[in-house]
Amino acid sequence: MLRRDLHNEAVNGVPCRGKVLTLDTMNPNVKRVEYAVRGPIVQRAVQIEKELREGAKKPFTEVIKANIGDAHAMGQKPVTFLRQVLALCSYPELLEDNKFPEDAKKRARRILGACGGQSIGAYSASQGIECVRQDVARYIEKRDGGIPSNPDNIYLSTGASDAIVTMLKLLVCGEGRGRTGVMISIPQYPLYSAALADLGAVQINYYLDEDKCWSLDIKELRRAVTEARQHCNPRVLCIINPGNPTGQVQSRQCIEDVIRFAKEEHLFLMADEVYQDNVYAEGCAFHSFKKVLFEMGPEYSSTVEMASFHSTSKCYMGECGFRGGYMEVINLDPEVKAQLIKLVSVRLCPPVPGQALLDLVVNPPQPDEPSHTTFMKERTAVLAALAEKARLTEQVFNTVPGITCNPVQGAMYTFPRITLPQKAIDKAKEAGQVPDMFYCMRLLEEEGICLVPGSGFGQREGTFHFRMTILPPTEKLKIVLQKIRDFHQRFTQEFS
Amino acid sequence: HRKWSERKVTIFTPMSDQQETGPTMRRLSQLESVVLWNRARQIKRELKQGVKKPYREVIDISWGDPQGGGIKPLSFVRQVLAACHYPQLLNSDKLPEDVRQRAERLLKECAGRSTGSYTATQGIPYIVKGISEFITRRDGGVPSFPNNIYISSGSHAVKTGVLTPVPCYDKVNMSIRELGGVTIPYYLHEDQGWELQIEELNRALESAKGVCNPVALYVMNPGNPTGSLPQRRSSFSWLMRVNDLEFVSYKKVLAEMGPPISETVELASFHSASKGLIGECGLRGGYVELVNVDPAVMEYIYKLFSTDSCASVPGQIALNLMTHPPQPGDPSYSLYNETTLIHNVRRVFEVLNSVPGFSCQPVEGGGFAFPRLHLPLNAIHKAKEAGMQPDEFYCVRLLEESGLLVNPGWNFEQKEGTSHFRMNIMIKEETLEGVLRRLVSFHTKFMKEFS
Repeated sequence: MLRRDLHNEAVNGVPCRGKVLTLDTMNPNVKRVEYAVRGPIVQRAVQIEKELREGAKKPFTEVIKANIGDAHAMGQKPVTFLRQVLALCSYPELLEDNKFPEDAKKRARRILGACGGQSIGAYSASQGIECVRQDVARYIEKRDGGIPSNPDNIYLSTGASDAIVTMLKLLVCGEGRGRTGVMISIPQYPLYSAALADLGAVQINYYLDEDKCWSLDIKELRRAVTEARQHCNPRVLCIINPGNPTGQVQSRQCIEDVIRFAKEEHLFLMADEVYQDNVYAEGCAFHSFKKVLFEMGPEYSSTVEMASFHSTSKCYMGECGFRGGYMEVINLDPEVKAQLIKLVSVRLCPPVPGQALLDLVVNPPQPDEPSHTTFMKERTAVLAALAEKARLTEQVFNTVPGITCNPVQGAMYTFPRITLPQKAIDKAKEAGQVPDMFYCMRLLEEEGICLVPGSGFGQREGTFHFRMTILPPTEKLKIVLQKIRDFHQRFTQEFS
Repeated sequence: HRKWSERKVTIFTPMSDQQETGPTMRRLSQLESVVLWNRARQIKRELKQGVKKPYREVIDISWGDPQGGGIKPLSFVRQVLAACHYPQLLNSDKLPEDVRQRAERLLKECAGRSTGSYTATQGIPYIVKGISEFITRRDGGVPSFPNNIYISSGSHAVKTGVLTPVPCYDKVNMSIRELGGVTIPYYLHEDQGWELQIEELNRALESAKGVCNPVALYVMNPGNPTGSLPQRRSSFSWLMRVNDLEFVSYKKVLAEMGPPISETVELASFHSASKGLIGECGLRGGYVELVNVDPAVMEYIYKLFSTDSCASVPGQIALNLMTHPPQPGDPSYSLYNETTLIHNVRRVFEVLNSVPGFSCQPVEGGGFAFPRLHLPLNAIHKAKEAGMQPDEFYCVRLLEESGLLVNPGWNFEQKEGTSHFRMNIMIKEETLEGVLRRLVSFHTKFMKEFS
């Protein structure tokens, strides 16, 4: 947002002295909230797009928004089956149309039957439509080799973000040295840092090891929590697996070690698993935290408290705009669950189309159903394309002197490290900018490519990165990678 | 090296232990009548299993959910949504021309022509602009700026105080407390049609002295649960004297009051696609318009909204269809039956006011009736014995014996010693007749039993 002279004029042109709501009287926690994925660089990108539309001449004809994990925006096609059922649910008269397959109609009828007044326009129960929660539980059981999942432990939500924030609201309390500390990886997805700032929680950083492919080291976890105990009360450990922005996929051993650590240190585990289908690298596989927990036996499975999160925004679906998601809570005190239901009831219910979509994700066409072949074809194609783009990205970036890129094992992003000449770092400081923001802004202005600076996710002091999505179509991605390579070389030259 | 003695027990103590529980949970006081909802769920299950009762189904009029209550959605809205989600439908002639045109237009505004893409933080710009045009039209030309509008997925030391009406939609008070604020009740005057009286606002403000720092005044127009509309003169002339309060209300009156008030009073007005003619509660589409808010603060409002990514796209689309419905001459133009609501309101008023033990103020707006129960002392005592509020007790019995689920007045707060319940009137006319029949029959028996 362009700022006029703030002290004299409001956005709509009226003087603004003596207001009730000012930066000084505002909730002070909000001042610490930042969300780089939609931050200043994106705002500049939107402005440039406007300028282009108005005919401004630039060295590029479009802005490529590789800042946000939005697959459809980058041209990925929605899965046919999902959209057929959503159309049927939206306008049930289409159930009479013989162009829609029977299995799509069957699911639409079932979902509508579970809605108030047979309509997706009615409120649902705050915890989510019961039959959808049952389907989610069944999906989890199947995924985790038969380990039981109770629908009562499933809470549907508005995207995974909503559920994550809800759990943090329950967990954060205390004053001063007793204030709740929440462990989160560096780098991390900035929803976490934003939520912790908003709630006034203490953020406890544990560093992922860039030299070992962004792996998680228990020694580092222990260092972080021990240090944190001196100034807060650590109660929560957040893990994103597969990782965002780093894409690393945790090994089974690592997950076991983390669970053991959580038990030893009395920590509540939050397992953010929204990229669980996005695994590309050879030798890597997704292991759900819950599955590993239960395979570790009752000593752990009946004591460790945990919440796992999933969403319809990523994987092969990419349906970000529908805001579908859920969390499964494990070993939560029943009295706390009652309070949790009360808390989620304040916002009434998650969007019903998102709940319907989630039902399809956990209840996809089976081999004996008419839509199965097309569905599997589309799903496989999306995931294969992502795997190819992950490999391509790593390969190209590693050919650029000054850029090192870890393998993109999963998720949708690459987080390469960039070496910046000292002169550039100094120039950035002069301009009052963080060096990687300075770099990314220049890239945006010169090439029309929008990335997010690593400073938005956290990184070791003195290192610089950027996060780029691997979502543009392969041909476009090749061009983007080329342009970044050329830009980096130019930039390095200019500031040498 | 771990100082066990110094550590508070965390995981192994139930989180309901007050010390370890987030303040959020403590502040969400027990407002909801858990007994009633649990019993309703149970009865629905029993009916499904074939248990014999004096009724065949539970009529749930406790929520403000028109479609949940059987009212059909608008065809135009649902056709456009279906076509947006599954654009193959645009290739056939099955959908009317205006539907296809609107869907095309909306898809053009979605990244990748998909309703599955994230949108701009404030909402799809085309839709946000449409909302500002709608507001300007509604307010007789008072300008509305798209930059001041945020679409959302439904509505979220020295302690901050917010003046809230009694009775009031319960989620408002819960939200304020969840955020650590304090609600300062001001009582609406039931005998004068739930009038908001200035003396009462002043009294409420006085009562807050030394307790909290009042910064905001919350007004619901039309009221929920009361259905009342504010007296134009009284509310706003008070504002002219106490103009350092933030006031949430109808923007037009503010503008008409002219400078300096119209340029200084900070206002947030909220609207949604859940009620009104469109009634799409499940899609979760709503918006807030901010007026006279400090631009530096606006930047942080943007940041806060951006952490939620964006509002659900189906909800955003519903808003567009609400602000720009089909016009006369369009193939889909057809009058929504507004007369249903007017009929329902009149029916409820005349029936309930003719039954001893009931009194009901005229419902001027909104989607609910909030009749008063004049319960016999015996009933009030019986309620106390059962550990329930009197209106809760009445509502539980009403559910058990007649299968009618309403929302006890206790959930909305009310003047001490009074009893009410809230019932949804955004239902079909035939449904309302059934409701009134069951209600009057039960009420007569109940009053006799406890006389």
